[in-house]
Amino acid sequence: MLLIQCPYCDDALPELEFAYAGEAHIDRPKDPSALSDEEWRDFLFIRSNVKGVHAERWRHINGCGRFFNALRDTVSDRFVTTYKAGEPRPDLSGKEPAQ
Amino acid sequence: MNAPVTSFDAVSVAVLSPVARFNLRIAPADLAVASKVFGLTLPTKIGAGVRNGDRAAYCIGPDEWLLHAAEADQTAIMSSFDAARADTPHSITVLSDREIIIGITGPAAIDLLSTCCPLDLSCMAVGGAKRTVFDYAQIVLIRDGDDAFRLEVWRSFFPHVHGLLEIGVRELAVGL
Ligand SMILES: [Zn+2]
Repeated sequence: MLLIQCPYCDDALPELEFAYAGEAHIDRPKDPSALSDEEWRDFLFIRSNVKGVHAERWRHINGCGRFFNALRDTVSDRFVTTYKAGEPRPDLSGKEPAQ
Repeated sequence: MNAPVTSFDAVSVAVLSPVARFNLRIAPADLAVASKVFGLTLPTKIGAGVRNGDRAAYCIGPDEWLLHAAEADQTAIMSSFDAARADTPHSITVLSDREIIIGITGPAAIDLLSTCCPLDLSCMAVGGAKRTVFDYAQIVLIRDGDDAFRLEVWRSFFPHVHGLLEIGVRELAVGL
């Protein structure tokens, strides 16, 4: 079974307790009415679709209930790290690439 | 192969008496206020529990607690929290009738729960509680002893969860 580290529970818990919630670090525009249709479309629908390490939101829905962020390798499905919502994306440069 | 369930004493499943049950959401910085109102020092670590007599508090999220008390105390507890709200914002919701509580006890309690619960229950602290899943139904599992658990489940999921537990007891009884 795949275990996911919840940064709030501080524990590795079964994947069944978690729900995927899309790409992370997408800020809602501060003034949506100032955006062009194309910019609004990009905000709503256009995602990076990374092959490799991807920053994404997860929710520990059947546990502590919190949303948090994760770096996950979309090729190997391996979680590189997880971190609390609001924290910046961890800098992996200088570390070994995910297997 | 038709051993009656009642003769199997390695694990028993029983529906327990109702309790007054609350869901409390409050900023961790204000936890001392809630502890004073409830008369119990609320735990700060997710999964931890504190129990004194018929009062119990379990931390199930970063700012979320499950509280238990005697049914007769429910109104008084709500009044006390209402009085504290002017100075300390929080939300408290009565869940007493939303959930049914099932006791699972005996040396095979973990074997039975593990048929449908993905947690490694041997690692769960005695006295603690966790929100988790039981065959896709969300539950709160409380561990009272090495082989004593209580399972709280929403009323609408009860027939499914209780049915699975009964099947599990039969399977364990016949040695499956
Ligand atoms: Zn969690």
